[in-house]
Amino acid sequence: MAVTDRRAAPPTGGAVRLAGVSKVFGRGASAVQALDQVSLEVAPGEFTCLIGASGCGKSTLLSLVAGLEQPTSGEVSTSGGQVAFMFQEPALFPWLTAAGNVELALRARGVAKAERRQRTEELLKTVHLGGFGAKRPHQLSGGMRQRVALARALAQDADVLLMDEPFGALDAMTRDVLHDELDRICAGRHLTVLFVTHNVREAVRLGDRVVVLSSRPGRVIAEFDVPIERPRRIDSAPVAELAGQVTDRLREEMSRDGS
Amino acid sequence: MAVNNRAKYEEKLAWLESLEAPSPEELRGRRLATRAWAGAWPVLLAIAIVLAVWELIHLSGWKKDIFPGPGATLANLWDQLHTGLLWYAIATTAERAVIGFGLAVLIGGVIGALVSRIRPLRAAVGSLITGLQTMPSIAWFPFAIILFGISTTAILFVIILGAAPSIANGLIAGVDYTPPLLLKAGTMMGLRRFSLWRFLILPASLPAFVAGLKQGWAFAWRSLMAGELLVVIANQPSLGVLLSTDQDQSDMQSATAIIIVILIIGIIVDQLFGLADRGIRRRWGLAGNS
Repeated sequence: MAVTDRRAAPPTGGAVRLAGVSKVFGRGASAVQALDQVSLEVAPGEFTCLIGASGCGKSTLLSLVAGLEQPTSGEVSTSGGQVAFMFQEPALFPWLTAAGNVELALRARGVAKAERRQRTEELLKTVHLGGFGAKRPHQLSGGMRQRVALARALAQDADVLLMDEPFGALDAMTRDVLHDELDRICAGRHLTVLFVTHNVREAVRLGDRVVVLSSRPGRVIAEFDVPIERPRRIDSAPVAELAGQVTDRLREEMSRDGS
Repeated sequence: MAVNNRAKYEEKLAWLESLEAPSPEELRGRRLATRAWAGAWPVLLAIAIVLAVWELIHLSGWKKDIFPGPGATLANLWDQLHTGLLWYAIATTAERAVIGFGLAVLIGGVIGALVSRIRPLRAAVGSLITGLQTMPSIAWFPFAIILFGISTTAILFVIILGAAPSIANGLIAGVDYTPPLLLKAGTMMGLRRFSLWRFLILPASLPAFVAGLKQGWAFAWRSLMAGELLVVIANQPSLGVLLSTDQDQSDMQSATAIIIVILIIGIIVDQLFGLADRGIRRRWGLAGNS
């Protein structure tokens, strides 16, 4: 695997920008402030990990970027084209085969039929599921399903990929393999990625940058650049060391919070 | 000659091999046979028990003059199966069932689709549909007969009123229970309005829709039987007409034979819906073993 410095790549992809974004759910006494004045900028081609304790509004932030929800105040913008989203669950359509799921994403953006089949095959190969196109989601393992979901997200040919704890439900070994694959895929495609996780090591393993959010309401409290060379290993010393620093910062925040 | 020998040799080899290992087709055949037997024996046993109890009641002498035993009834059924009249009646009834149920699927489907998508419409007629569902369809016959006279239309009208609400409700339930996560995934994929409906909501509603169809069929079949007994159209023998004639002539053997025919048709159609339901479950991975 080649070592790539993504930020040195030309800024042709999409970027994400949040300026003073707040989000309040509900009204009056029962109102919950999920995000408070969050400003964040993700450069084209950058892999940014968002980390924080549960309830810090990480998922809300992704939904805002995805346009699934509107901010109460502030501005969210994504330059460039479509935004793809990967959820913690694969969210595959059970009535379609693996290939059918990927193909539907191509169809949704109007790719012609003949091309669809070929592209589907390529995408499944990209996620190392070459021979599994005819399988239905329930016939695949959890890791394989998440790969199909990744292939489906890639099928959108989006510049920005939002990932909401996509490997949270997988075992450590499978997650490790998928980390490598995600690295490889992002390096080849110049994707801008916003990756939400509560696993500090995963964040350091994957990200060019790790953004730490506070809880209730979510605020950006720290940012860490990850200068570790790729390929990285989740159990390597530099990853562990930086993860330690991030964890300390998180602990500090949580003790202040009392949670 | 040599070619011929070789061909023979290969044929023999293939035969020998076939002795050793069952072909996949054979295995599948055997498995199918085992499964068919596993499904069949409880049914056969149940039938045997029913026949035995029936025979015992007959032997006990209860209402001896009018209550026929299974032997005489089945003999009567056997005879009727060799006359054109029963088959003609079955054809008439089946035709009404197909047309009535087909129209119910069409109307129920369209209403279900509209109600599930248009919010004010849901508020207006949502509970009305459920109300209609609980209405005994036989209560509609006076209304239908006054409106359409003694005609097939009256029967079809009641079938539709009986079946369409269940079918509409099935579809509405299916749309309502489309998992929100899948909706999110579909939206992110770029599916909008019609395509979201066509590629996501409709297929996601399929299991609930099939359940609605199955329930709708049960209502349609009941309405049809009630209709054929109430709306007796001259020169158009149907199962209901045969039953009604038997009643007039106090022909208990024939009446029981016709009841058995009605029961069997109901069971067969129900099995077909069960088959469709299981097929979907297997495809979706909802079945226990797949």
